[in-house]
Amino acid sequence: MRVHLHGVGVVGPGLDGWAACREVLAGRAPWTEAALRVPVPGMLPAAERRRCNAASRIALAAAEDALAESGWPLGELATVFASADGDGAVTHTLCESFAAPEPEVSPTQFHNSVHNAPAGYWGIATRSSRPSTSLAADQDSFAAGLFEAAVQATLDPGPVLLAAFDLPLPHPLSLMRQRRHAFAVALLLAREPRAGAIAALQLRLEPGGAPSPLPEALAALADNPAAKALPLLAALAAGTDDEVCVGAVGTARLSVRCGR
Amino acid sequence: MRPLYVTGLSIASALGAGLERTFDALRGGRTGLRPNDFEPFPPPTWIGRVDGLESAPVTGELARFDCRNNRLAQLALAQDGFDDAVARARERHGAARIAVLLGTTTSGILETELAYRGGGEVEALLAARDYAATHGMFSLTEFVRRRLGLEGPAATVSNACASSAKVFAQAERLVDVGICDAAVVGGVDTLCLTTLYGFRSLELLSEAPCRPCDERRDGISIGEAGGFALIEKSPPKGRDAVALLGYGESSDGYHMSSPHPEGAGALLAMRDALARAGAQPGEVDYVNLHGTGTPANDRAEDAALYALFGGAARASSTKGWTGHTLGAAGIVEAAISVLCIERGFLPGTLNTARPDPALRIRVVLESEERPLARVLSNSFGFGGNNCSLLFGRPG
Repeated sequence: MRVHLHGVGVVGPGLDGWAACREVLAGRAPWTEAALRVPVPGMLPAAERRRCNAASRIALAAAEDALAESGWPLGELATVFASADGDGAVTHTLCESFAAPEPEVSPTQFHNSVHNAPAGYWGIATRSSRPSTSLAADQDSFAAGLFEAAVQATLDPGPVLLAAFDLPLPHPLSLMRQRRHAFAVALLLAREPRAGAIAALQLRLEPGGAPSPLPEALAALADNPAAKALPLLAALAAGTDDEVCVGAVGTARLSVRCGR
Repeated sequence: MRPLYVTGLSIASALGAGLERTFDALRGGRTGLRPNDFEPFPPPTWIGRVDGLESAPVTGELARFDCRNNRLAQLALAQDGFDDAVARARERHGAARIAVLLGTTTSGILETELAYRGGGEVEALLAARDYAATHGMFSLTEFVRRRLGLEGPAATVSNACASSAKVFAQAERLVDVGICDAAVVGGVDTLCLTTLYGFRSLELLSEAPCRPCDERRDGISIGEAGGFALIEKSPPKGRDAVALLGYGESSDGYHMSSPHPEGAGALLAMRDALARAGAQPGEVDYVNLHGTGTPANDRAEDAALYALFGGAARASSTKGWTGHTLGAAGIVEAAISVLCIERGFLPGTLNTARPDPALRIRVVLESEERPLARVLSNSFGFGGNNCSLLFGRPG
């Protein structure tokens, strides 16, 4: 499959947007492990900014970064959201409330607990009626999301926005799954090239092979499934056309080559 | 789009395990709902519970996947010759050409919830769990993929109550781009505290068996269910199989937990499903409504149907039988749609006595024997994600 990349968004610790972190991703500037401040997505109405959960904030913040210079009307984009674990903080809050003798849960926490909460907030922010798919494939959630977004972009002339994200889980959920940092990436894909396109992506599934290693300096992000995008982001930032593997789709590996 | 033939189908819900028990309950007008006896959740309501899951663990090689949700997946997989149908498809196409795309909203979260309720031992209880194989959203899909020995693209779709309808759309795309020849689609959702207390907090949980489209309807009854369909691009030999003829997906872009009041997104999804099939509204013989029994859902869905069909289409909700099975609702109602086409049966709306006079569509109350060529099945979810599926015999 071949699709064109029209925007990239990055939100992570010490990675403050695609434009600001390209040098770090390309290995030309050092990475500083700094606590992440998730920007509040400007696209949301004020009431929804207060209500929306961390997973939705980081997903929409990455999306805003990817769309900053694209010029595409937001309402035209189909969307794919990919995350292994959604919002562990919401899960934790709900589970804690079940320990009470007469549990009461907040309606907002409940609607924020659905895996497609970011899709809901995206819809409210953009008033978009375009389809939205929320996926999970554990450690390979980024690959699953990129694959689905590329399939959609291949079949439909409309652009497709992918946002992949995962967050640390609070204690005691962290006993089951440890994650050091939050990270989110967004890619805007379309079948057709147009002025300002960042690259053409050639995707293929192959039977074997291992995922490409993360850039060494960013190894602290390795336990975040969305960070499987980093080898691809590094290739884009450095302008190389090396083929990188971003994880598994079923039992096959998804490889991506960046070109013009 | 080219039709995708349904060459395998299996189901387990409160109506029982297997297509025959499901159909018998539909034809006999017997609900699967019962007064709530799910011990961790005491409030009064009715539930669609699947019996026997407590004593049917996942064992052997895949024992680490053991949780209520995968137990129900295991039960559904064992019905209706589904294993064999998949084995034959694997021989025809190869394991790598068959995708596994399944919907769930809460996966294996119940055991985590119960660990929190257990008091002081929570840390030990959680530390002993295999997160990815149970609580994680991908657990269901990975469990089923391994059980069936498939190697094609695999993902969990979690768009709330549209989840296991949207997997049909995703499968069709994979066939269309030439990456797959077939797919196992479906979904499983089981009773858990998040959804029971969550819907209660929204005041959407009825204390009576749900009464979709009734003037006195006051909310949903939550059910659990699992179901799977094997869909393939080539028609099966010697059998006039029902196929997926079209699908439509849309978003409301309106509210997190309330549908668009005019059903704008629902209308788009239904229109798109018909357009993809090249079908006209007049060619739809029956609409299996999302029909949850909340005042807002049924009102919005009525508005969408009226805009597309006028008062003409026959429509009913089968949630009075199964309860609202949330992430499994798409596959449960897809399976019912296929059964009803195969057997010429139009189910009524169980528990509903007087249709709300404010609704303008033709809500069928009593089941009838009637040939059905095309059936549209609606699934709408939180976050405003909608999906409609059109089933029928091609040509």
